[in-house]
This record gives sequence, C-alpha cells and structure tokens, in this order.
Amino acid sequence: MKIDLPAVEEAAKELYIRALKVLPPDIKGGFARLTETETAPRAQGILATMVRNIQVAEEHENLLCQDTGVPIYNIAIGRGVEVDGHDLKQAIRKGCERATREHPLRSSVVHPLTRRNEHTSCGAEVPVIHIDFTPEPNKLTIQMIPKGSGSENNSFLKMAIPAEGIAAIKEFVIDCVINAGGKTCPPTIVGVGLGGTSDLCVALAKRAATRPLGSHCADPEGAALEKELSDAVNRLGVGPQGLGGDSTAFAVHIELAATHITMNPIAVNMQCHSARRASATVTPDGITYGF
Amino acid sequence: MAHYELTMPVTEAQVRQLRVNDTVTLQQTLFGIRDATQIHMLDRGRTTRFDLRGHAVIHTAPNVRKVEKSEAYPAGYAPVCIGTTTSDRMERFTRPLMTQHGVRFIVGKGGMRQGSLDAFRELGGAYLAIVGGTAALETTWIEQIEDVDLDDLNPESLWKFRIRNFGPLLVAMDSHGNSLYTDIKADVERRRADVLASLGVHQ
Repeated sequence: MKIDLPAVEEAAKELYIRALKVLPPDIKGGFARLTETETAPRAQGILATMVRNIQVAEEHENLLCQDTGVPIYNIAIGRGVEVDGHDLKQAIRKGCERATREHPLRSSVVHPLTRRNEHTSCGAEVPVIHIDFTPEPNKLTIQMIPKGSGSENNSFLKMAIPAEGIAAIKEFVIDCVINAGGKTCPPTIVGVGLGGTSDLCVALAKRAATRPLGSHCADPEGAALEKELSDAVNRLGVGPQGLGGDSTAFAVHIELAATHITMNPIAVNMQCHSARRASATVTPDGITYGF
Repeated sequence: MAHYELTMPVTEAQVRQLRVNDTVTLQQTLFGIRDATQIHMLDRGRTTRFDLRGHAVIHTAPNVRKVEKSEAYPAGYAPVCIGTTTSDRMERFTRPLMTQHGVRFIVGKGGMRQGSLDAFRELGGAYLAIVGGTAALETTWIEQIEDVDLDDLNPESLWKFRIRNFGPLLVAMDSHGNSLYTDIKADVERRRADVLASLGVHQ
C-alpha cells in the first residue's frame, strides 16, 4: 500500500481539531462511572459541570479546553506500507501547522529559552512524533494527543533502588497524586511507567496515561498493581479539581519494561479529565477516523 | 453558603463579605492574565493602560480569531475558546498584582498557596474557583473581547472581556484566612498513612 502524503497531511490537521472537540467514548464512560459512585456533593457538582462542558463543546463544535497542549502524533506502520519516513514526518508537521492557522487554534508551543511562539503549534522537535511498526498488513494508524500542560507539569521520575521494592512504587505514586492535588485537573488518568531506562520509563508513563479507559497492562503483575492503586488513589480524598471527594482518578494505568538488576525506576505522568485523543486509520479502502 | 451577583469592579467591603463555600457570578468585565503577562508586568516593569483596580483577573490565554475591527469586535479578535489555566504557577504574582494594580479577585483553577491567602487577608481579596477544563462552557459566558493590551505577548496578552453571568464560581479562598485547598490538603494528609497501610506499605 502506497501512502498518499497530502491525505496524511489533511488527516494530521483533522485529527488535531477532532481531538480537541470530542472526547473518546471510554472517557465519557469514565465520567458516568464516577458520577454514580461519587458521594461528596461539591464533587458531584463539579463532575456535572465537566459533563455539561462535553455536551456544550459538541453542540457548539468548540474546543473542550482552551489548552491546545503539546501536539503528539503516534504513528504505527504496518507490513507492506510504502512511505518515505522523512516525508511522512513533514506531512504530519504541516497538518499540525495548518490546523493551528486554519481553525484557528491557540499555539501553546514556545522556544524554551526565548519563549518565542511561532503561532504554528510547532517548534524544535515539536510536534512530538513517535513512529512504531506493527505486523498488521496494509495499515497505517495515526493517533493524535494534545497533551495539556496542567497535567504534564505534574510529571515525575524516581530512580528507586531494588532494596526499596514495590513499596517504593506504591508510595511514590500515592505521593505524586497528593502533590499534584488540583493542579492536574482531576479526575485524572494516572500513568505509571515502571522499569526500563530513565527515558523509557518516562515514555511508558505517558503511554499509560494516554491509554483508553478499560484497557489493562499486558503484564499480569502490572495489571494487578493497576487495580490496587486505582482503588487506593480514590481513597485519598483529593477529588475533582482538588476540592475533595472520591473521584481523584478515573484509573491508574501501568506500562512496564525490563530493567537493570540495580534499578527500580518509577515514572508518573498524568492525563487530565479532558483526556483527549483521536486517531485515523489509513487502509487501501481510505481513511477512517476514531479515537 | 450564600450566592452573590457582583458587577465589576467591586469594593473591598464587597470582597470582605464573601466566605469560602459561597458562590459568585460576575458581570460586566473580566481581565485575562497569564504567566508571561505577569512576568512582563511585575518582574520587568511593563505598564498597562488598563485600570485593574477593584477588578477580577482570570488565569487564561484564550483561543481567538483575528478579525476586522468593528463594533462587535472592537479589539479585532473574536473569541474561539476561552478557559482557565492552573493558578499555582502564578502564586508569587498575587501580592504585587493586588498592591500595584488593586486587583480584588483571582479566578482560576487548582488553588493557590499561603502567600496568596495572606495577601487576600491583608489586602482584601479572594480566589474564585472555576471548573478547569470546561472552557467550551466558559466561552458561552463571554460576550466580547472588548480590548487587549500587551498584545506582543499573544496569546498571553492582557485581555479585557465583556462577560455576562460568568459563573457560578466557588469562593475557595476568602479574605478571612480560609482556604478550601488548605482544608482538603490536611484531610488528604490524614488519609495518606491509612491508604499506604492498605497497600501494605508501613512507615
């Protein structure tokens, strides 16, 4: 399957706008579950406002949140897909720029030293583009995640040691959630990366934070720990917006990698309640959009 | 838990009557301010032609569309999506914003710290919590972008919004030393050991 690059550019533009406007069904389902179980009246009111906002955004075809985030594109290339990798990245970048100019969107991206904003949502190394390969034939998927800064600013890495064991993981996750308080716009998805090297560990945490609700860690030990921590964080009382209540997180998600005999790395990356993502699947039949 | 309709600007007495858990709906005018705006105004001494005395500022940087200036769009900007950012980053600006510019309310999300609470108590101010991440809804409370200053910092310009029924907002920090965030934080700290113990972590 030969990839039509102008179509990829168009999809990259479309995905950014779609992701900002319509929340995935699993996140809406997460709100429904929390609304049922929340016992604090103030927290119930806040959750109701969040749900109302989802409706208003859809009715008005407006952005859910003003934070257009740091744009992230995750590309998965299947077998038999013919594409020039460099041109593919250029097409994604162009689509991202066009979404920003043509919608228009607030460009939230600046140079880290000069703080200069190019008003394109792009800059050095941004949009963040991850490319991976899958065994699926004749299929290219592009997932777009506008990562909001309220949650991204609460990202943490601890290079714990083997002697600290799983207890260190549990304590670190709990304390990250406490320290983040209302700053992350809870209820959140708490993404936890375990193992790997420091950079892989942080990348795993991001992957965990942006995984659909209802999905589980592929590793059974990781999946069991996810469940245990998901229940635990919602007993802390942080609540929606950090104003108290049961609904601190939709879930804790874990992704893990093997690590060194001397290492026990733990990373936490959070996703806010506006847990936005959109995806496009390119096959010989054309492009279909989803989440 | 009373509800107040406040037409901006307000007096110190109007701020002092508010207590945490009260709710407030703002009318008429709201200023948008953010990290860069405050760094330039309060660290680098840039001045504004706006009079912020008695006013509310919201921690925001909006999505806007550039349009021809007209009666409907006097600043040459149409609102697209206007929401609220995390306040905590701007903690150190609360006091100078109040002493140098006479600001009375901060509208934000996630709460602020002891320094802001002290400034609210000493100078007569309050923190009004909005539900973060609900910008589509918030945008419906904004009638117009009336004016803009320091626009070289766009989107972190100093924005003047004309608002209608902006709220209800929750008084989360008042001018009497009360903060819901302090209360919740203490409660969470009390629960922490039990939660860790339930996970088999004993300290």
